[in-house]
Amino acid sequence: MTDDIRANADSLERQMKMPSGVNRAELLNIVGPVLALLTVYGFFAIFVPSFRYAANIPNIARQTTPVAIAALGMTLVIICAGIDLSVGSLIALGSVVIAWLLEYGHMDPLVAAVGGIAVCALFGMLSGLIITGLRVVPFIVTLGMMLLVRGIAMFIAREQKIDTPYTWLTELMAVLPAERKWMWFPPGVWIAIVLAVIVAVMLRYTRLGRHIFAVGSNEMTARLCGVSVSLVKVVVFTLSGVFAGIASLMYFSRLTVGDPSGGMGFELDVIAAVVIGGGSLSGGEGSVLGTLVGAGIMGVILAGCQQMLLPSYVQMIVTGLIIIAAVALDRLRHRKTS
Amino acid sequence: MVGRELTDTTSAPRLEMQGVSKRFGATIALADVGIKVSPGRVHSLVGENGAGKSTLMKVLSGAVKADAGRMWLDGKPFSPGNPLDARRQGVAMIYQELSLAPHLTVEENVMLGMEPAAAGFIRRGQERRRVVEAISHFDHPEIRPDVKVSKLSVAARQLVEIARALAIGCRVLVLDEPTSSLTRRDVKRLFELIEHLKKEGMAIVYISHFLEEVQQVADEVTVLRDGNVVGTRLQSEMTTDDMIGLMVGRKVEDLYPRSARIPGEVVLDFAGLAGMKRPVSAGLQLRRGEVLGIAGLMGAGRTELLRALFGLDPVRRGTIRMGVYSGAATPARRWIQGMGMLSEDRKEEGLALSLAITDNVTLSRLRGFGPMGMVLPRRQEERTRHWIDKLDIRCRSPKQKVLDLSGGNQQKVAFARMLQHDVDVLLLDEPTRGIDVAAKAGVYKLIDELACGSVEAGRNPRAIMMVSSYLPELMGVCDRIAVMCRGRLGPAHPVNEVDEHRLMLEATGQEMNA
Repeated sequence: MTDDIRANADSLERQMKMPSGVNRAELLNIVGPVLALLTVYGFFAIFVPSFRYAANIPNIARQTTPVAIAALGMTLVIICAGIDLSVGSLIALGSVVIAWLLEYGHMDPLVAAVGGIAVCALFGMLSGLIITGLRVVPFIVTLGMMLLVRGIAMFIAREQKIDTPYTWLTELMAVLPAERKWMWFPPGVWIAIVLAVIVAVMLRYTRLGRHIFAVGSNEMTARLCGVSVSLVKVVVFTLSGVFAGIASLMYFSRLTVGDPSGGMGFELDVIAAVVIGGGSLSGGEGSVLGTLVGAGIMGVILAGCQQMLLPSYVQMIVTGLIIIAAVALDRLRHRKTS
Repeated sequence: MVGRELTDTTSAPRLEMQGVSKRFGATIALADVGIKVSPGRVHSLVGENGAGKSTLMKVLSGAVKADAGRMWLDGKPFSPGNPLDARRQGVAMIYQELSLAPHLTVEENVMLGMEPAAAGFIRRGQERRRVVEAISHFDHPEIRPDVKVSKLSVAARQLVEIARALAIGCRVLVLDEPTSSLTRRDVKRLFELIEHLKKEGMAIVYISHFLEEVQQVADEVTVLRDGNVVGTRLQSEMTTDDMIGLMVGRKVEDLYPRSARIPGEVVLDFAGLAGMKRPVSAGLQLRRGEVLGIAGLMGAGRTELLRALFGLDPVRRGTIRMGVYSGAATPARRWIQGMGMLSEDRKEEGLALSLAITDNVTLSRLRGFGPMGMVLPRRQEERTRHWIDKLDIRCRSPKQKVLDLSGGNQQKVAFARMLQHDVDVLLLDEPTRGIDVAAKAGVYKLIDELACGSVEAGRNPRAIMMVSSYLPELMGVCDRIAVMCRGRLGPAHPVNEVDEHRLMLEATGQEMNA
């Protein structure tokens, strides 16, 4: 009997020596979304001449970066079967805090930036603590946070935009000057790319990443197996705050003002990016690559419609259709495989 | 009636529970219960629902704190604070509703919560080795480390759960109704695994309603009734009849009442019926005043037959006549024509669990509860109260949520809906699944009364078609039994002309050679 088992184990081991991870199904999961993005881009390239030039890509990337960064945090939240509606308000609060620190606190730009991110992280953590401590569902907690945070931003800014002096923060998202064209993207976009890689590695290769998926997939099981579910949730919502903070820095960099009424409805764009990218609101599913593609698709549609001089409602209608189509397609694929 | 103490000569018990007692309010769930499980032995717990099996296991797994009593694991005192604690100390439970994360792979599930890691990064090589070792205990083609659990069959998922218990190094494995959703072949596989684990010295607690299975796997059997141990014996010294006797505390024959039934006119008549996959071909005539049983193995297409008749699944071919109406119809039409169906899946399909009893009972017909199509809650509740009395549904009020009721009482609510709708033909799919023996007796009595028309004075007898996987039940309740095999429905035999053996042969498709 034990010999049987030994032999069995050996054969299993042999079967499993293939590089852990990437198999055919996963390859499809990677190639599929990228193809979708290329298709949408190609579609616009037919109608819009500027889409045929490489120089167009950094422009779209600049526009998309704040959504993409915030969507990294939202990806974690959604995989963990949560939702964070406070992201849009955090964008406003973050930009207001950064502007306030620069204008009235006369702080170093770096300190101001870190301050803005830290405040957002704090509110993210607060959401997480309320969700786990008082056992209120994320939708309600972050809905409350959305109003609360917006109110605080309004209060700090006295309901007005805060103008700021010129600092290097502006250059994070500015069009590159001629002598630095070799960088291809402005620094802010590169920061987003680095963050995306970090999050992807975290999700795939660390215990935290695996536990986020486990909590989203089956919370009771995760608890039974010794995953500290509350800690995972608090970390995830804090990270969502951090990424919203970084997104607010990019947002501030583009506008160079702290705007307490900015970022209205931003959270919906962020959620849409995750969902288009294959995130499931019931948890357990989602990927960084998918989210980036989702943000990219929305950015391409926005840029395309703008450059075709179409009214903004067209862009809204198209984006709406894409969201529904993407999710419907995903469901269809799931039904086929199961 | 306490069975004689087992004289344990072999070895020290792996697990010992002694004097365990637990009260919930006024109910005594466990009264001075003790069991011993030795390494390399299977100890089976049997008893009706509510007899205390699950409470005892909850005490063992740390989910419930006992009021009194002590436990030892390998001679050391054992008092887990929660299920996680119990698992870490070596007592793992395989739950009835499987607890895996469907989006994760087999490997990720098996190692969940104990991933080997350095600085937060998982060591894949080491992890893979441990998983391969854990799953090498069984040879199942579906189970590979990189497969997502959502892609696995129920049986394979169960094995993954067992692998997880093995990986954590458990010494006592508790299997709670492990075979309730397995096919025959998977049951056999599971039993082989149990045999193998026994040889490795695992102590196994096996809980099941299927006494035949208990006979097969158990070394010792403990019977619980009303929170008391009514007997612990070697399996070889106990027949299934003994077990039932101890469980119920009364004779088995009393379970199935049978009044004089007079078959009337044909109310449901179908021939050559075929659905999309199942049934392949089915035909029958069902008469008023009779109970017709449909036997067969899982996957034979019995549920699909009922669903096709009731209009829940499409009908591809064949004729159906229901009363004076012919042809396929939607469920809404079927209700109007006087046909009702009791789903096998009470929780998902049969009842709206979060709604009140009264809403569930009146859901299919909300007419006649007020003027101008209004639904007045007072009148709704009046009607419901009538059925609560009639069927003896144990509840606080008609407004109580169905969720709070026991399985047996939930089933009565499902019956009440069909009676409230006043249907002539009742299609019952596994009407006694997941309810305890006492509640089963209630259901059998109700079926009998419906068939002979004595539920309400002056009401015609009804026609009942009943699917069940439990042959003794069909033999006890039905007038005629037809067997379904691979989507084909055989002829209906009068119940006194067949026996279980013959039905089993037919169900497994061996009737020709027999």
